Amino acid sequence: MNWQLVPQQLITGILNGGTIALIALGVVLIFKSSEVFNFAHGHMVMMGAFLTWWFAGATENGNELFNLPLWAAVIMAVITAVIIGLLIERLALRPMAGQPLLSIILMTLGLAQLMEGAASIAFGIDPKGNFPAPFSPGDVFMLPFPGAFNDTIILKKTLAVTFVVAMLAAVIFILFFQLTKTGLSMRATSENHELARSVGIRVPRVFGLSWAIAGIIATLGGVLLATLTGVSLNLSTVVLIAFPAILLGGLDSFPGAIVGGLLVGLTQALVQASSLIAVRNSTEIAPYILLLIVLVLRPEGLFGQKRIERI
Amino acid sequence: MAVLRPAGDFDRSYKQDMSVIRQKYQWVLLGLVLIGAYTAPMWGSAYVVSTANQLAYTIIALQGLNILTGYTGQISLGQAAFMLVGGYLSALMTIHLGISMFLALPLAALGTGLFGLIFGLPSLRVKGFYLAMATLAAQFIIPWMSRQTFKDYLGGTSGRIDVPVPTIGDFAFLEVRHFLYISLTVLVITTILTLNISRTRLGRAFVAVRDNDLAAELLGVNLFGYKLRAFFIAAMLAGVAGALKAHSQRGVGTEFGYGLPESIIFLGMLVIGGLGTNIGPFLGAITIVLLEDLANLTGGQVAALFPDQAARVLTSFRPIFFGAILMLFLIFEPRGLAYRWQIIKSAWRLRPFSR
Repeated sequence: MNWQLVPQQLITGILNGGTIALIALGVVLIFKSSEVFNFAHGHMVMMGAFLTWWFAGATENGNELFNLPLWAAVIMAVITAVIIGLLIERLALRPMAGQPLLSIILMTLGLAQLMEGAASIAFGIDPKGNFPAPFSPGDVFMLPFPGAFNDTIILKKTLAVTFVVAMLAAVIFILFFQLTKTGLSMRATSENHELARSVGIRVPRVFGLSWAIAGIIATLGGVLLATLTGVSLNLSTVVLIAFPAILLGGLDSFPGAIVGGLLVGLTQALVQASSLIAVRNSTEIAPYILLLIVLVLRPEGLFGQKRIERI
Repeated sequence: MAVLRPAGDFDRSYKQDMSVIRQKYQWVLLGLVLIGAYTAPMWGSAYVVSTANQLAYTIIALQGLNILTGYTGQISLGQAAFMLVGGYLSALMTIHLGISMFLALPLAALGTGLFGLIFGLPSLRVKGFYLAMATLAAQFIIPWMSRQTFKDYLGGTSGRIDVPVPTIGDFAFLEVRHFLYISLTVLVITTILTLNISRTRLGRAFVAVRDNDLAAELLGVNLFGYKLRAFFIAAMLAGVAGALKAHSQRGVGTEFGYGLPESIIFLGMLVIGGLGTNIGPFLGAITIVLLEDLANLTGGQVAALFPDQAARVLTSFRPIFFGAILMLFLIFEPRGLAYRWQIIKSAWRLRPFSR
């Protein structure tokens, strides 16, 4: 351990974890309501970022259709993402009801491939550096902290705002599930489809709604990530870091997704603070080693329900 | 395998009951296919030969995945990573121990099988989706290890090492044209192996585990043992495929693929071909490999029409074709081409009364 780096990395890790948590939340939402594990969520994130970039009129060759301010571009992207989410649910996942797990996993993987191709043909394959981010990466707060490197912690403004927005969004969605009637019907559906239907909940409508909300969450996550790293096709790989977070927190728990996301962010950052170069290089697989440990010790995750099988 | 047979097709002896190939015309067909395949290096163009070679090792990897996912029902997202292990093992043995590739290939297969057992261990505690996640972890950890550990042997961050040309005596398999003989022979061996696995005690135990693991355990199937055996066979065949790929491309490493996209494509091929059938890997691999070539062809022509958009057209056609075909199959023919083939056969037999 390189102790001088630890305070800095703790802060960075938690802030990065906020975005991971938001993305994990979208996957958990769909899993909870329809028991579909959405491998295409990363591509929905990527689509959201590209759509915002496109609506904001920052195309590279100057022949833009739209030239909206960032807030309006985000709203337009969210509306488009909702439509995409509803279409996915209606056209791709509804015919799969009752199919085995492998078919459903492969359906979302096929969707991911399709969206990858669609994004690269619509928006081009090279990364875009000109995302209209509200802050430049150079804007930093310097927090004095004795014991850290140079006795200061450097806090990027983008990272801090991203974290606040991500946590705010997560809290709003959790309150929506706990307090509103629609949220109640979604929780009921996630418990038992047949019982939910028998008390008058329209289950297909709930599925559609959860895909629409997942589209909103994915777009928000995409915009937040794009302010950090710029827009590119690689944004979709963030979901591969979110998977360990989801399993760590428990597949069907919203607080679990958030805690898992923060823990994964923290793990990656602390690995960075190690003094051994071999350990530092393992940033990309550290979440997966964590995942293997969780799978062996506590497969249901920190907050998940233990599943009891009946014959 | 209890296959429904038409009336009048019955067995007269135990030997006939146990035979894999039942009819004379099937022997003739098989002979024609084998002759066609083995003479391919003589009449085929470079494209035919290299596609045939690619098909051969893809089908071997798929046969392994079919045992694990199709017969035993354990979803694996890590088959490409096990191919990487097999390729490295075989290459390192030929380079550093100086043994022939024909000895290194089976040894690499065994080694990869043992490697697969390590990642099969989580199947003791978790199943279904959680196990898929454990194999996903393998798919990330193995290529990472090949880039970051033992850099002198595994090629380090450049992601490749060169593999020597296999030789018998003075004859060197310099071209893919020559290497195709090896690939085809290995494919024949693995096909016989998987055919016999699926119709013996081992295969029936696998199917029992897939259909209902609790019931299988009550019937006396050692659940953990058979899951590990499935992992071993799947990784072993992946190792064979990886070794063949490494020696025919004369290089191995993360630069040559072996990533998550390849593992996903393997699963897609398996579903398109037909899960848990022996003809499925053949149909699926042929369909998808030819489809990808078609995608590259049409992509090239569209790119010629719009030269300023060429790069994005060329890269986007493959994922669009694959994703669309996979989704269409899952919605309209979830049991794959093998099932469609059965329907066509019975429709032909029952004509003019089919439908």
